[in-house]
Amino acid sequence: MKLTNDDVQDILQLINVSSFNELNLQTNNFKLSLRRGGEGEWTQSSQELTAPNLLEPVVAAVAASAPVAAKSTLPSVDGLIDVRTPLLGTFYRSPKPGSPPFVEVGSRVEKNTVVAIVETMKLMNSVYAGVCGTVVEICLDDAQFADHDAVLMRIKPEGV
Amino acid sequence: MTIRRILIANRGEIAVRVVRSCQRLGIETVLAASEADLDSLAARMADHTICIGPAKSSESYLNVVAVVAAAVAAKADAIHPGYGFLSENQELSKACSAAGIIFIGPTAAQLDAVGDKLKARSHAIAAGLPVVPGGEVGSMEEAQAVAEKIGWPILVKAVGGGGGRGMKQVHEPDKLIETMDMAMAEAQAAFGDPRVYLERYVSAGRHVEVQVLGDGENVIHLGTRDCSIQRRYQKLVEEAPAPNLRDGLREEMHRAAVAFGRHLKYRGLGTVELLVDCERDTFYFLEMNARIQVEHPVTEAICGLDLVAEQISVAEGRPLRLSQSDVRLSGHAIECRLNAEDWTRDFRPSPGTVTTTAFPVGEGIRIDTHMQAGAKVPPYYDSLVAKLIVHGEDRSNAVDMMRQALSRCEIGGITTNLSMHAELMEQAEFAAGGFTTAYFPRFLEQKIAAGGFNG
Repeated sequence: MKLTNDDVQDILQLINVSSFNELNLQTNNFKLSLRRGGEGEWTQSSQELTAPNLLEPVVAAVAASAPVAAKSTLPSVDGLIDVRTPLLGTFYRSPKPGSPPFVEVGSRVEKNTVVAIVETMKLMNSVYAGVCGTVVEICLDDAQFADHDAVLMRIKPEGV
Repeated sequence: MTIRRILIANRGEIAVRVVRSCQRLGIETVLAASEADLDSLAARMADHTICIGPAKSSESYLNVVAVVAAAVAAKADAIHPGYGFLSENQELSKACSAAGIIFIGPTAAQLDAVGDKLKARSHAIAAGLPVVPGGEVGSMEEAQAVAEKIGWPILVKAVGGGGGRGMKQVHEPDKLIETMDMAMAEAQAAFGDPRVYLERYVSAGRHVEVQVLGDGENVIHLGTRDCSIQRRYQKLVEEAPAPNLRDGLREEMHRAAVAFGRHLKYRGLGTVELLVDCERDTFYFLEMNARIQVEHPVTEAICGLDLVAEQISVAEGRPLRLSQSDVRLSGHAIECRLNAEDWTRDFRPSPGTVTTTAFPVGEGIRIDTHMQAGAKVPPYYDSLVAKLIVHGEDRSNAVDMMRQALSRCEIGGITTNLSMHAELMEQAEFAAGGFTTAYFPRFLEQKIAAGGFNG
């Protein structure tokens, strides 16, 4: 049995005229709780518990294509500045597919040089070097998933 | 042909919403989900769920072969593509025809006519609609020349775009190339087509759109929506009908939208997006969206129709079930998009796992969401987590209802923009209605200037 919005409205009508201020309902398939506020207004919290009814996939899932999250625990290296991802998301080395990468190992960067982009929730976020220097390591592969605070690159700063 | 089983090639709240209509209509549902969405609310609600690939949308929700193979394997009569992803993709429409499956949407030719924004512009001109000055650019040199001709600031728009993706403002000639690169990357990622074109940026404009519905012969309109509350071309609040529009102008907009639909012999549900130039007291054609839109519930509220049911009926080859004179618009509806993002930190996305939810229930309140305790907001897709819709007798009643309704919403475990909507509803300028797209960025700037923000 599925619980529809109409069902919730019907239940509300029944309890609206009652003296109850709270209703909790749970079956194997759903959980519903309705609460009456101070001015008679109702709020609901519901949870569909029915397990998904999975059909056999038609396209064999390729295990290797599951994104491998980059570790955020890469140890810092003395004298090098870590460039960390501003957000968790997909790390891209070039501005668009097929274009040359923003930087390579050995590239000289300014503080506001764009060194990569990270795509999170469909937004492209520019990653800036943040320091003047030379790129000495690129820690992730192109299109790899960057976890919270992952180190993307390391830069040897100038004039230190 | 009667549709008995639909494959839903989408995710999130729209997948849930399509399942709901199908349940009411007695149509079986099969959800085509990525690995990241196999235990989503839509998957729990659908009669069946089939995995179409990894989390990354290019390998699942944007994979035409995987989607059609899933529909064939599940013996679906039709595919509902929702919005975004493959919803306006001609390849999907063609692959459906080849496989004998109904694509719930317009014809491939119509998708081509409006999907390519430059073609859409020329169709608009042919149908007698005014368009914004601008045009196509083949190279960066050409872009500089076109931009100089139409004047700064300009807009860079994705030819294959829509829904505001890949669209950016450029204020100085120096930034043009950099901006075009970024816009092209986003367009490539979102639509698989990196081409962009330029348009004059209208500074005092309102984004007003007209909902249309056609059966291939007749086209009717279901009134206007105002979507002028936007940030970086992403709509945040929508309302229907568009308030404070001069009556003559509103009727001209209705007529223009229907004329465009008739010109294309449009079949299906679509939206003609118009830009109201407040200074010149006129409007221009922007684009047509050949799909159901995120903000469709505000139209459903004022016209009393289930637009997904109408889409399905037209897709079955039936004529429109109502004529223009049957359309009665009543009251005023507002929708707030609740997004998993922190508006106090430059709208930083906030993926994660939802721990608790509470939503208001009552007359004139609707929630479209895929959130519940335990639901995941993956980093791979957009940040929309719920839509809160209220329908009041008039606009001021609707604003009051929205204030009330927002105060009763809770989504725990992730950061959302609930408080942004709550603050916006308190603003006198919002309450007055009829603001331009410049209003919301100004509201944000004032908030930032007032402090407490890390944007």
